Amino acid sequence: MCIKQVPGVSEVKIDPKTNTLVREGVKSIINPNDRNALELALTLKEEHKVEVIALSMGPPQAEEALREALAMGIDRAFLLSDRAFAGADTLATSHTLALAIKKILKEFNSEEKYLIICGAQAVDGDTGQVPPELAEELGIPQITYVQNIELSEDKIVVERKFRATEIVVIETKLPALISVLIDINKPRFPSMVGIMKAYEKANVVYFDSNALNADKSKIGLNGSMTEVEKIFFPERKVNPIMIEGSAEEIVQKLCQYLKNDKVF
Amino acid sequence: MDFSLNEKQKMLKKITRDFAEEYLVPVAKESDEKQELDETAFQKMKEMNYFGICIPEEFGGAGLHNDTIGFSIVIEEIGRADAAWGITIAVHNGVAAYPIYKYGTEDQKQRFLTDLAKGNKVGAFCLTEPNAGSDAGGVQLTAVKDGDEYILNGTKIFATSGGIAKTLLVVAKTGEKDSRRQMTVFIVDADTPGYSVGVKEDKLGVRASNTSELVFEDVRVPQENILGDYGEGFKMALKILDFGRIGIAAQCVGLGQAALEASVKYSNERVQFGKPIGRFQGVQWKIADMACAVESARLFTYKAAYLHDKGEDYGMASSMAKLVASEASMLAAHGAVQIHGGYGLMKAYPVERYFRDAKMGEIYEGTSEIQRLVIAGNLLRKGA
Repeated sequence: MCIKQVPGVSEVKIDPKTNTLVREGVKSIINPNDRNALELALTLKEEHKVEVIALSMGPPQAEEALREALAMGIDRAFLLSDRAFAGADTLATSHTLALAIKKILKEFNSEEKYLIICGAQAVDGDTGQVPPELAEELGIPQITYVQNIELSEDKIVVERKFRATEIVVIETKLPALISVLIDINKPRFPSMVGIMKAYEKANVVYFDSNALNADKSKIGLNGSMTEVEKIFFPERKVNPIMIEGSAEEIVQKLCQYLKNDKVF
Repeated sequence: MDFSLNEKQKMLKKITRDFAEEYLVPVAKESDEKQELDETAFQKMKEMNYFGICIPEEFGGAGLHNDTIGFSIVIEEIGRADAAWGITIAVHNGVAAYPIYKYGTEDQKQRFLTDLAKGNKVGAFCLTEPNAGSDAGGVQLTAVKDGDEYILNGTKIFATSGGIAKTLLVVAKTGEKDSRRQMTVFIVDADTPGYSVGVKEDKLGVRASNTSELVFEDVRVPQENILGDYGEGFKMALKILDFGRIGIAAQCVGLGQAALEASVKYSNERVQFGKPIGRFQGVQWKIADMACAVESARLFTYKAAYLHDKGEDYGMASSMAKLVASEASMLAAHGAVQIHGGYGLMKAYPVERYFRDAKMGEIYEGTSEIQRLVIAGNLLRKGA
């Protein structure tokens, strides 16, 4: 399963001069959606005889996210960390992740049967592109926005959220990739013994670009097909109006506003 | 000298804070009113291994027996959310489970430790009696040998978690009066015939934490339940309390921190005379003093924990930590109520509870006066 370390969104501040994120002092967290993916993987581990491996790409401090995942109960953790990976867009990221996944699967002799679980999207980039691209890189079926799953010997049956109120049930053979939504479960807290083990008994294995035999033109900034031209915060053009009073008064005032604005 | 927490300790702090914010903070007020720990929180606390923080993994604990700073951090964060949970966990770990791990026989560990560490059973340390408070040597509960057993008779009072505890460390008189060597610590199973829980105390603070009178009427305890050596109970009790004070200090640090945070938040929000009250020096000075007190309490606590883990003499350090931390949390809670003004007196704000909780710390597990006696006694004996 893939996890990403992201800045804690509730703490993000904007530098009014440069219009960029203030990273200083902002705590890093496991991307909230990825925590759901972790919880799902751990639930499957409790119900089936499976091994859960977490993979992340990022600077060395992303090790903290993997340690937390280890504390929650995953079996192994890998971190793809190399300056050459920096600046990757979703395409270069999924290519790099795919290389690592293939290497890990080979090591564990599980190239035939595996399930990749990802959070549907990360709160920082918010593209939701990595899971589908990763499935394409690996050449396996993908089901996004999964909200329920049943795992059996060689297949999964999942419920996929489709529009606001509809659900599609899909069955596919393994290997496969799914991405999960935030309402699929409530992620557990790592226990104290989990934390102790994660730091004293477990390892986070690092892979750099050499370990992955990566083609330098397909990773990092070089491998990125998209370019970020500018990051900006949407300008606030409308000042919200707060209407206070009893329900009756509020409705009356609201209707008046709507009439004035010629909404009806 | 390195003042930074290691990565594991940072994670213990972060996770415990998040957990406590989710499961303890929302029910703290209600638990205080009901004078009972919340049942859901209790189950979650078990799952998180908080009942076995400083017990090795092989006995079902979290394995922080060599990381007393980590232990302190966890208690601090629990205490920040709810002092009643802080004292419950500090006492259970510090003066019930840990002593059995540290001084117990293999057989005692097998019989008692795992259930304690997993939270299946709550532990209590029973020393105080109606006539033996600060004068701990005045214990009158007797243990008389009868074959391979001892028969316990007497009453303990003010036992933290006494009413809910299933495994009790009981300090009993086994020899001549005034001979402090003649006390013995017994591990007593609460299911033993003759044992009963008496009055549940109605307290000023940490009201969700159970405090009870415990009655022993011909309670027969096998001799293999003696913790440490026969007749060495007074020394054993003091050693147990040396470690226990670190946990109490940590609980007080957490409570002080909570009072400080509430004050900072309120000072930025509350507007009087056209500006947030935090702009007034009268409030600023209070906040600065509170922060200094809480931070020094934290450093004293970690220092005592550090000395313990280094295997050095830490008794005086833990007395200093307990004294400084309990008085810091009282100062911080006092300041917090004052900063909140009229609102500080109301149940709608948590500082009212902090104030009541903080006073407890200056009294339980050795009053501030007893801590000063221990500290001064040490200095006068060994030199400053």
